[in-house]
Amino acid sequence: MTAQTQPTSGLAGVPLSLEPLTRKDFTSDQEVRWCPGCGDYAILAAFQGLMPELGIQRENTVIISGIGCASRFPYYVDSYGMHSIHGRAPSIATGVAITRPDLAVWVVTGDGDALSIGGNHLIHALRRNVNITILLFNNRIYGLTKGQYSPTSELGKVTKSTPFGSVDVPFNPISLALGAEASFVARSVDSDRHHLSGVLRAAIEHRGAALVEIYQNCPIFNDGAFDNLKGPEAAQSLIPLEHGQPVLFGVDQEFGIVRGADGELTTAKVADVGLDAVVVHDAHRPDPSLAFQLSRLTDTGVLRQSPVGIFRDVERPSYDDEARQQVETARATVTGPDALQRLVTGHDTWTVR
Amino acid sequence: MRQVRTLDRVVIRFAGDSGDGMQLTGDRFTAESASFGNDISTLPNFPAEIRAPQGTLPGVSSFQLHFANFDIVTPGDRPDVLVAMNPAALKANVADLARGGLIVVDTADFTRRNLARVNYESNPLEDGSLEDYQVVALDLTGLTMGAVAEFGLGRRDSSRAKNMFALGLLSWLYSRPEEGTLRFLSQKFADKPAIRDANMAAFKAGVAYGETTETFAVRYEVAPAPMPKGEYRQISGNLATAYGLMVGAEKAGLTLFLGTYPITPASDILHELSRRKAHGVLTFQAEDEISAVGAALGASFAGALGVTSTSGPGMALKAETIGLGVMTELPLVVVDVQRAGPSTGMPTKTEQADLLQVMYGRNGESPVAVLAAQSPSDCFDTAVEAVRIAVTYRTPVVMLSDGYLGNGAEPWRIPDLASIPEIDPGFATEPNSTDHNGDPIFLPYLRDPETGARPWAIPGTKGLEHRIGGIEKSAGTGNVSYVPGNHEAMVKARQAKIDNIPVADVVVDDPSGEAKLLVVGWGSSYGPITAAVRRVRAAGRKVAQVHVRSINPLPANLGEVLRGYDKVLVPEMNLGQFTMILRARYLVDAECWSRVRGLPISLSELADDLVTRIDRLEGDASSDTADNLDTPDQEDAQ
Repeated sequence: MTAQTQPTSGLAGVPLSLEPLTRKDFTSDQEVRWCPGCGDYAILAAFQGLMPELGIQRENTVIISGIGCASRFPYYVDSYGMHSIHGRAPSIATGVAITRPDLAVWVVTGDGDALSIGGNHLIHALRRNVNITILLFNNRIYGLTKGQYSPTSELGKVTKSTPFGSVDVPFNPISLALGAEASFVARSVDSDRHHLSGVLRAAIEHRGAALVEIYQNCPIFNDGAFDNLKGPEAAQSLIPLEHGQPVLFGVDQEFGIVRGADGELTTAKVADVGLDAVVVHDAHRPDPSLAFQLSRLTDTGVLRQSPVGIFRDVERPSYDDEARQQVETARATVTGPDALQRLVTGHDTWTVR
Repeated sequence: MRQVRTLDRVVIRFAGDSGDGMQLTGDRFTAESASFGNDISTLPNFPAEIRAPQGTLPGVSSFQLHFANFDIVTPGDRPDVLVAMNPAALKANVADLARGGLIVVDTADFTRRNLARVNYESNPLEDGSLEDYQVVALDLTGLTMGAVAEFGLGRRDSSRAKNMFALGLLSWLYSRPEEGTLRFLSQKFADKPAIRDANMAAFKAGVAYGETTETFAVRYEVAPAPMPKGEYRQISGNLATAYGLMVGAEKAGLTLFLGTYPITPASDILHELSRRKAHGVLTFQAEDEISAVGAALGASFAGALGVTSTSGPGMALKAETIGLGVMTELPLVVVDVQRAGPSTGMPTKTEQADLLQVMYGRNGESPVAVLAAQSPSDCFDTAVEAVRIAVTYRTPVVMLSDGYLGNGAEPWRIPDLASIPEIDPGFATEPNSTDHNGDPIFLPYLRDPETGARPWAIPGTKGLEHRIGGIEKSAGTGNVSYVPGNHEAMVKARQAKIDNIPVADVVVDDPSGEAKLLVVGWGSSYGPITAAVRRVRAAGRKVAQVHVRSINPLPANLGEVLRGYDKVLVPEMNLGQFTMILRARYLVDAECWSRVRGLPISLSELADDLVTRIDRLEGDASSDTADNLDTPDQEDAQ
């Protein structure tokens, strides 16, 4: 731990805009080229709607993406951005975040980009708690390469590359992030703009690495993957997590999450068990075990049930703050314009006359 | 007084178990010799294992040092003196020793069991097998234990000071100054007084042993070498690289960001820079080689100087990201401290076989600037130059070093940093064009007419917001483009940018102007080639030499120089990678002189072969034969 107190807001070092910005300021001149009906449009709209509300300078916003449909995102936002290479966006963003505390750094990635080819970078970025916000667009399929199964596709899924059904067990991205010691982990759905905006705001305002999994429909290669979580079904299938509130769902909040006899979380009728038996969500709990248990309420196959909201949001020193602090502390010990000359010269010298 | 004999040059090799402190002993002898004013060149040789079983051949660690009263360029082929701390060290090294050489050997471990461990059937100290050498067999361990008995250390800590006894003895034998080592020991073990005192006592006991016993009939002196005036220090290649990167970054006014992953033999660059936070250096030990270079490129995008350091296997992993650096046209310095490959190869052994990987090991037409350092201290200048090119031309630059340069040390005339020119990052701050309405706009891929470089507009700069990436860019706007003609134009523009980096002409060393054979080198073979060329000339032959620092682009006059000789020979520690480039580029019949043994090129082997070749070329094989070259005192002499 360092002597100085580190900032607690993710945007602490980012300069504020003098004039109010609008959604238009965050819209680039590039034509958006996702397929008609793609969930990415809704996410982009939510993002462009949120950005002016944050009040920060547009030029201090950086979006780094990898490869995949989602990763075209930076082209459409008029800020600084890099559409990099497959899986490496968290690494590139790490270099940006360490060297520039005055930037709001976003990573846009997909389930293939973040969890397959870039899995190593994702878990280490989360573990280090670099001050970046990662938006993981999860459509449970490879879209850009036209329809192969992804690390979040359900077991048995028939795709171009698994004509006999996938025999690969999928990741649960929330469980993975929690296992990687992430300090902020959340989930939202492309079609619920209000919920998504709220989660994104909380994520960027979190100091440290934030992972937001966004369920995103791919109308071409995996259409309807999240239909059970949308429309009239949503009340029965989405389990909203709100800090300090009992975990309730259903049209009339008639269901609750309770702790079973063996310690596992299960669903019960509130009428049967009483409101006091329902687990109260605590996103700030230092121990991630409960958040992990909540993450396991997600179906691994076809999605019929899934918690959404902020699973975990705890304060932990961010890597980049600590790294810069070490430099600042050390810098105070060296004085004079010839410091580098003295270092290069060293102590053990001799003179030839 | 003992008789004192004057020598021009001596090569000493200290050899022992990897836990015997041979690297430290060699370092100290080097420091003493350097501060005395000798020219020096060193070759540490580590075992592959961290701690191989004690007393075995794989566990032998050695440090070779060449010191002289003249300007030398290699650590020497054959040691004149071998200090062997156990049977394994003797066995592993004695074949390299020059005939008639001196062996100082610790007899403490010469038990039947230890001899058997290294397949000595009889004791070499007694069976006459060493009769071609002068053997000084001492119980160094026992003498050391006696000297440090008063400090109350355990048996293990007492005997561990034996390397300092050996150092003291050798320091006496070669009339080395002693104060530096005593000061060093008192500082190194300042917080362990008993160990400090024991080491200092062992060192002094070694000196006294030489002085008072009749073991040595003579002692030797090697006078200081005439070197250009100035203040000197000793420096290794990896340290010089770290300093060069720091100085380059400061000259450019940029924060130095090192993203890296530990790998032999490059890790010392990370170790050094991670200690330099007081100078504003940020280091990031990533989860892998790919993330290391990714973070470095991200730092450059954000306006810092992104650097990554690695060795061959790491270069392979970084290739895709370096390609992204080529496409996004951002500054990036990649230091490749080469080691023997392929695959894991021999991590502790040197090689020059990453050249083609660095030049061509990426997808697509992906040119980068490539510079090769030629000596440990030259790593400093090469690193500064790499920063200058990366920043000025917005491009990845690969700096090639190798295990021999990285770990080897030599005297270095300390540069006056104020005399090194500034580097202008020239950040873009304003729009650089206008749209069809005449309104100012920023074109992130509008090239500077002189350098061919694109503007470097960093996040936080108002009005210059833009997006870059790995997809082909439209000239000017930088927007995604699949237009055939644009792609070809961009491929050519990226190539032209590298081709047009101004590079100093090669300087031909051909004193007579009549040589028919030209020896062309690059990288760390500079030392052995230069020494071989000197020896060949001393034997009355004419030979020309050039050494190439900039591999991409190549110096403009190189083709003309190559065509001016009947024969071009390229000594390389690979199977002919630079030779292939020269043949392809210039259509000359360059021939590779290849050695791939994990060791620096042997100057005597090269010199002998050069003489044979020259004599054949001159059509006069009747003059001095190659055998005449083996006069040890002629080695390396100008």
